[in-house]
Amino acid sequence: MSDTAAVQVAAPPAIAAPLPLRDIAPWTIFGLLMLLALYFVGVEEGATALFSGMYVHEFVHDGRHLLGFPCH
Amino acid sequence: MVRDLLVRGMLVGIVAGLLAFACAKLIGEPQVDRAIAFEQAESGQTSAAPHTHDHGAASMPAGHAGMAMSPQEAAEPELVSRATQAGLGLFTGVMVYCTAFGGLFGLVFAVADRRIGRLGPRGTAALLAVLGLIAVSLVPALKYPPNPPAVGEAETIATRTGFYFLMLLLSVVAMTAAVMLRQRLAGRHGAWNAALIAGAAYAVAMAAALAVLPAVNEVPDGFPATLLWQFRMAALGMQVVMWATLGLLFGWLTERAAAQQRRAAFGGVAALR
Repeated sequence: MSDTAAVQVAAPPAIAAPLPLRDIAPWTIFGLLMLLALYFVGVEEGATALFSGMYVHEFVHDGRHLLGFPCH
Repeated sequence: MVRDLLVRGMLVGIVAGLLAFACAKLIGEPQVDRAIAFEQAESGQTSAAPHTHDHGAASMPAGHAGMAMSPQEAAEPELVSRATQAGLGLFTGVMVYCTAFGGLFGLVFAVADRRIGRLGPRGTAALLAVLGLIAVSLVPALKYPPNPPAVGEAETIATRTGFYFLMLLLSVVAMTAAVMLRQRLAGRHGAWNAALIAGAAYAVAMAAALAVLPAVNEVPDGFPATLLWQFRMAALGMQVVMWATLGLLFGWLTERAAAQQRRAAFGGVAALR
């Protein structure tokens, strides 16, 4: 009994299987949050706007230029 | 496990952001200041200057006319001071950008690790960072490079933004397809040839996109060529710093965590005996 357990635990992790995609899938929601954050740095109040005014655009202005987004 | 990779990616992204911000401060801001000086000198000469960077009425696309200001208002004190733009604003923008890319990097790593070859955590992270730098930063910039203030006409912001993101999307999709193609070919043609074929496929696809998508050239007359070059090199430097930090630091931390897990498992086995 304890021998079997030891053999299973000792299987070298180097050849372990990749993480199953179904385990990763729920986390893609966080990927979308990352993209939303990038949107606010890169695009908001430029080509499109969720808020009115220019505060976000002006605040991140220099970063937007230097990070390569079309700014104005 | 995925949670660990996501959190680690974001933490590494914060470190990458600090380094990229230092890079932006040292080599980026001087170019931004020079470009704004050029812009102000130009608008002083041509007094009307409706498309300058002063974010007045003309700087918004027609669809947003509702919140546009009159030219007189545009000349009023800035919404955000230059000091804030070059300090806290720049810091915030760069940190959010790098942390977000760090999180995405962690998630992509979760998918790619042990799927794109047995490179180990450090090799996989380094390879992903190189591919990310090429697909996200370099290739889209070949067609739509970063531009300093004073370059780019306000009326075309919507189309320019659209084409930029289209190019970015095509590049990322093509790179993903190339990596999957390499996987399929590796068994038949060997690792080296499969990588060459996949790389060539990506290059051909991108060459086609570069040829087909419309060019944008809105550099104003008299804008210093050296300034444009230096600004773009600074922007490139920030990208290299970010991707290098993501690839190297993330890989090192992940390998260290895996080694600790192995030791823990080995300790468990020893205890069972």
